Amino acid sequence: MLKSEVYFFGTCLVDLFFPKEGLAGMKLLEREGIKVIYPKNQTCCGQPAFNSGYRKEALKVARAQIKCFPKNIPIIVPSGSCAGMIKFHWRDLFKGESDFEAAMLVVERVFEFTEFLVDKLEIKLTDLGEPTQIAIHTSCSSRNEMKIEDKIEQLVSQLSEVEVLEQEHKSECCGFGGTFAVKQADISGSMVQDKTNTLLATNASCVISQECGCLMNIGGALEKQNAPMKSQHIAQFLWERTNESG
Amino acid sequence: MSQVKSLENRVDEALGNEQLQTNFRSAMDYLIEKRSDQFPDKDDLNNLRNTSSSIRSNSLSKLPELLIMLEENLENNNIKVHWAETDIEANNTIYQILKEANAKKVVKGKSMVTEEIELNEFLDSKNIEILETDLGEFLVQLANEKPSHIVMPAIHKSRKEISKVFLEHFPEFPYTEDVDLITQQARKILRDRFREADAGISGVNFAVAETGTLCLVENEGNGRMCTTVPPLHIAVAGIEKVVENLSDVPPLLDILTKSATGQEITTYFNMISSPRKNDEKDGPMVMHVILLDNGRSKIHQNTEMQETLKCIRCGSCINHCPVYTQLGGHAYGTVYPGPIGITLEPQQKGISELGDLTSLCTMCGACAEVCPVQIPLPKLINRLRSETVEGDYMSQFIEGVGSQRKSIESIAWQIWKHIYSHPTLYSICSKAITKLSSFSPKKFGGWSNYRVMPKPSNTSLKELAKQAGFKNE
Repeated sequence: MLKSEVYFFGTCLVDLFFPKEGLAGMKLLEREGIKVIYPKNQTCCGQPAFNSGYRKEALKVARAQIKCFPKNIPIIVPSGSCAGMIKFHWRDLFKGESDFEAAMLVVERVFEFTEFLVDKLEIKLTDLGEPTQIAIHTSCSSRNEMKIEDKIEQLVSQLSEVEVLEQEHKSECCGFGGTFAVKQADISGSMVQDKTNTLLATNASCVISQECGCLMNIGGALEKQNAPMKSQHIAQFLWERTNESG
Repeated sequence: MSQVKSLENRVDEALGNEQLQTNFRSAMDYLIEKRSDQFPDKDDLNNLRNTSSSIRSNSLSKLPELLIMLEENLENNNIKVHWAETDIEANNTIYQILKEANAKKVVKGKSMVTEEIELNEFLDSKNIEILETDLGEFLVQLANEKPSHIVMPAIHKSRKEISKVFLEHFPEFPYTEDVDLITQQARKILRDRFREADAGISGVNFAVAETGTLCLVENEGNGRMCTTVPPLHIAVAGIEKVVENLSDVPPLLDILTKSATGQEITTYFNMISSPRKNDEKDGPMVMHVILLDNGRSKIHQNTEMQETLKCIRCGSCINHCPVYTQLGGHAYGTVYPGPIGITLEPQQKGISELGDLTSLCTMCGACAEVCPVQIPLPKLINRLRSETVEGDYMSQFIEGVGSQRKSIESIAWQIWKHIYSHPTLYSICSKAITKLSSFSPKKFGGWSNYRVMPKPSNTSLKELAKQAGFKNE
């Protein structure tokens, strides 16, 4: 499998809500000498429907992705849960289907963004930013499903001017859970309140994560509370701190 | 009792009770830390989890033959075996045994399976006095409530609340908020009741097929009292409790106590192998075991959901569940709360009644990470969720598949499917959404009560990537 060329699977959330973050990830890969392809027909891994119980609908959408990634090169996903969806649930989803094998060829090439930077690229970062204190929210899918929660920490630890502050209950879910945040809105709201409380208690100026779902949830709550804390995706954070033109 | 209020009401009530939330948060923090202290080495833990998981899988793969072996060996040990297909059958059998023995006063050790069959309510209705003797269960019974946790039944009650309940029922003792003193008082009360009891009822943690031994894990000695002091002992066990060999017990016991309460081992571990023998001075004269199905054999037939039955009831998934931490146990309205509850209960009682429980999960996966027997809980919950709205595959195993499908939700997913499986259509929609982003809704259901609405970007990543010169196929 070539490392000099990769596909970027932007995910549905990044495409419409966090495109600058997605672009930052792509530029970062490009800066490392990698040719990045953004297949224009990609849409979504199927996770939203899958986690809501609508598997037939999830399958149809997942299936539409397969032909977007024909070359035998890595597929980089800037989200732990979308990468996890493909890596660990497509097998179930495509079980017994005629395109099972084709789907598995996608599955085995999927890497989460931070995982790829650390494990495959062994990226070396030079911090060009101002001193800052941040908190890291490692998403549940990155931790419990993908087991890559240490990658984001490793990347940030390379940045000399960044101090990471630890929040209480760091490994606890932020309450997003996809449609959970709408279906059980009050439980989800109570959970994100707890999460922002612990984050704000650190006095960090920014919380970063590798997961846009969590960021939409935590960032949205911080904004609603007018709290003095920003939220940012790791790709954008790394790009801004390590790129000369910012 | 469980479904008097809707899930929505119960959730509202729980979230509105700040004291309750604080209690649960600190209790769960404490249990999580204690458990984690017992497993300093990740590899050791994983080895133990692998061993325990395969012991339980072995039990389930040979379930019918192991149950026959268990029955034979229990009978050889002079323990009378009764099979109960339903909760009603189990209750009636227990009642018949008590009636024949002319037993009027019964003491009970902590047992979730007797909660499951609502034995207390049943015996109450037959005018048989049944007393919970586990301190937590005793308090819950006094307060006329239900357990809120399968290992720590009274964990929802504050010290003050407990003191008040005690004073109400036992005004002869001075009021105190000192836990040790309350325990002393309870001990005094319970001692007499053990002595007076005509029968003792207990649950079972492991039933060993090769020897016909019933194992009972407890901390207060009340389990030993219930199973040795009264002349009659009735044990109730779900059929999944069987293990093949005596050598299966040590690893399971080890991981059970460490996972449940963060204890190296519990204060008491009882291995009960027969009623009193001729040359023995104590122990019950007569012993019975009720082996309860109550939906378990149906779960067992379903190869995917069968793993539910591996559970050894440590409660670790509950302690680590962020949703349970918010709600506490009563909001679930079921005997078993938390991840194991929302997995087990809809399978037992059907999706029509309990399918909505599957919404009490963020799919965070914390439960599966700590489960001592490696039950893939999020995977099972996700499967059940799909059975609530689709379900063409499990109808022979679970009642009510597809019954929770709501037309608005279903239509929304059909539209989503249509757009996201047609790239050209998606392109058009995404262009429209980004161009009209300033008109995007400011409110959406409960989401916007706690957060601002996410605003679509002016340009999609696809457009940005194209503008930046990235290849697009």
